[in-house]
Amino acid sequence: MKNEPVIVVEKLTKQFGNFIAVDGISFEVNKGEIFGFLGANGAGKTTAMRMLCGLSIPTSGKAKVAGFDIYQQTENIKKNIGYMSQKFSLYEDLTVKENINFYAGIYGLNENQIKDKINYLVHHLHLQHQQNTLVKALPLGWKQKLAFSVAIVHDPAIVFLDEPTGGVDPVTRREFWEMIYDASEKGITIFVTTHYMDEAEYCNRVSIMVDGRIEALDSPKKLKQNFECVSMDEVFLKLARKATRSE
Amino acid sequence: MKQFFAFVKKEFFHIWRDKRTLFILMGIPITQIIIFGFALTNEVKNAKIAVLDYARDNVSQQLIQKIAANKYFQIDKSLYSYQQVEPAFKEGKIKMAIVFPQNFASDLLHGNKAQLQFITDATDPNVATTLVNYANAIVKDYQTDINKTTVYPYTIETEIRMMYNPELKGAYSFVPGVMALILMLTCAMMTSIAIVKEKEMGTMEVILVSPLKPFRVILAKAVPYMLLSMINVISILLLSVFVLDVPIRGSLLLLLSESLLFTITSLALGLLISSLTNSQQVAMLFSFLGLFLPTTVFSGYMFPIENMPIPLQIISNIVPAKWYYNIVKAIMIKGLGIASVWKETLILLAMTIVLFTVSIKKFKTRLA
Repeated sequence: MKNEPVIVVEKLTKQFGNFIAVDGISFEVNKGEIFGFLGANGAGKTTAMRMLCGLSIPTSGKAKVAGFDIYQQTENIKKNIGYMSQKFSLYEDLTVKENINFYAGIYGLNENQIKDKINYLVHHLHLQHQQNTLVKALPLGWKQKLAFSVAIVHDPAIVFLDEPTGGVDPVTRREFWEMIYDASEKGITIFVTTHYMDEAEYCNRVSIMVDGRIEALDSPKKLKQNFECVSMDEVFLKLARKATRSE
Repeated sequence: MKQFFAFVKKEFFHIWRDKRTLFILMGIPITQIIIFGFALTNEVKNAKIAVLDYARDNVSQQLIQKIAANKYFQIDKSLYSYQQVEPAFKEGKIKMAIVFPQNFASDLLHGNKAQLQFITDATDPNVATTLVNYANAIVKDYQTDINKTTVYPYTIETEIRMMYNPELKGAYSFVPGVMALILMLTCAMMTSIAIVKEKEMGTMEVILVSPLKPFRVILAKAVPYMLLSMINVISILLLSVFVLDVPIRGSLLLLLSESLLFTITSLALGLLISSLTNSQQVAMLFSFLGLFLPTTVFSGYMFPIENMPIPLQIISNIVPAKWYYNIVKAIMIKGLGIASVWKETLILLAMTIVLFTVSIKKFKTRLA
């Protein structure tokens, strides 16, 4: 597992005019790893993530996602990744079933596969009685779990989670992380950004971005040792205070 | 292709779930046609008039009968002196008074020339002119009748012929106008709102991360509204033919294809709007100011473009609705074929291509 990198980034840079949003970052993420991508607002997390998802073309540097080049093979990348944003990205005016149907449909799953997926997910999430309910009627926690299930409905190699737990209570967050562990065990690589430092502790490895650069990258345990801190919170603050730019 | 259909299906769910919007979309053309057709017309039907007949001879009687039999007039009262005319108007019921002088018949039959006075309430000049025109036409008609029996017809007839629309029906010009307006609104506004909504909800991000190509996304968003618009076109046409008696003189197929072309033009405009804004409100405002107003003002169906100052006339040329309006008028009312509207069609086509290129480019640069 350790020696099978699915994301390889080398000196990746994105410049908007004079502003260097992402400044030559390099890192690797292994298969099945839960990789925390931290940074204060404006540190360049979102820009970096957009480049890895094939939504934005880098100014310079190299990167391979799921084995595909981010300049040339964005189409292949898109087929092999999932994405979930903090807005949960479900259609509120569609039912649970229709949402699964739609996302499975745009990833090109065939009818039988979609049927199996719906059956599996509905049981797995205990939504048997809600499968024909409009998503807007679901509690926030369920929406979030459904959004995650939908993001990995096509069994991608990597799933990018952009602050997936914003506004959710601690109990649901805990349950959500159990789902993340499940996915990771199935071999799906998790690339997650978050502002909650307790969540950072759940990650296998964490990188902290400051002013467009990666200032630290290691397992939470080692980071705490190296920075002589008791919690990830302290580590983060120590690094983030060095930031010269804000949003 | 399967992915594309999954998307289109989802769009239909959105439209179907939002019953209120759907109702408005399908209801607008019907109410518009009914409002324009029955309330806002230049036609005056059953105008109440008064008659003051000093002559009381058989010519005046015959003319009065002819006028009374006409559907445009309804004789409300007979007056006996000139002094009664103004009070009759002041009551506010009558719109016109017709005065026959004494010796009307003998003047006409022996002197070959008789005078007749129409007095109208010109507080509403449009109605007044229309009524005078109608009355004139009736008198002319009568004149023709009696001249047939005369050996020496001295009276010179002035013939006014209202080409294509002899009854000056308002519906003839507003049906094409309403079609332009409705297509513009349903297509451009709804497409732009539908796309901007996904941006607002954050679902656009997810779709862009998916393997679906941006061009397909746009197309999938547009297809349902194209279909709705074509249903609207058909319902407008049915209403005009069966309720308003507006004929379709030219080829129906040509009319529908031109409508489809204009739908695509509107769609391209909607895309452009959606790429310029990120909120539904702004998109709505943009559509209203940028599409609705120019369409009503510059298409020519409410205000004649010929009477506008030159700069405005030039501006009117960049309003796609103007060209579509002219095309529909030519095909529907005049019964002309593609040979007469190819120029307008080409202009629309060129506009569509330019708009599409610009908006797809905008859509793509947003991603980079």
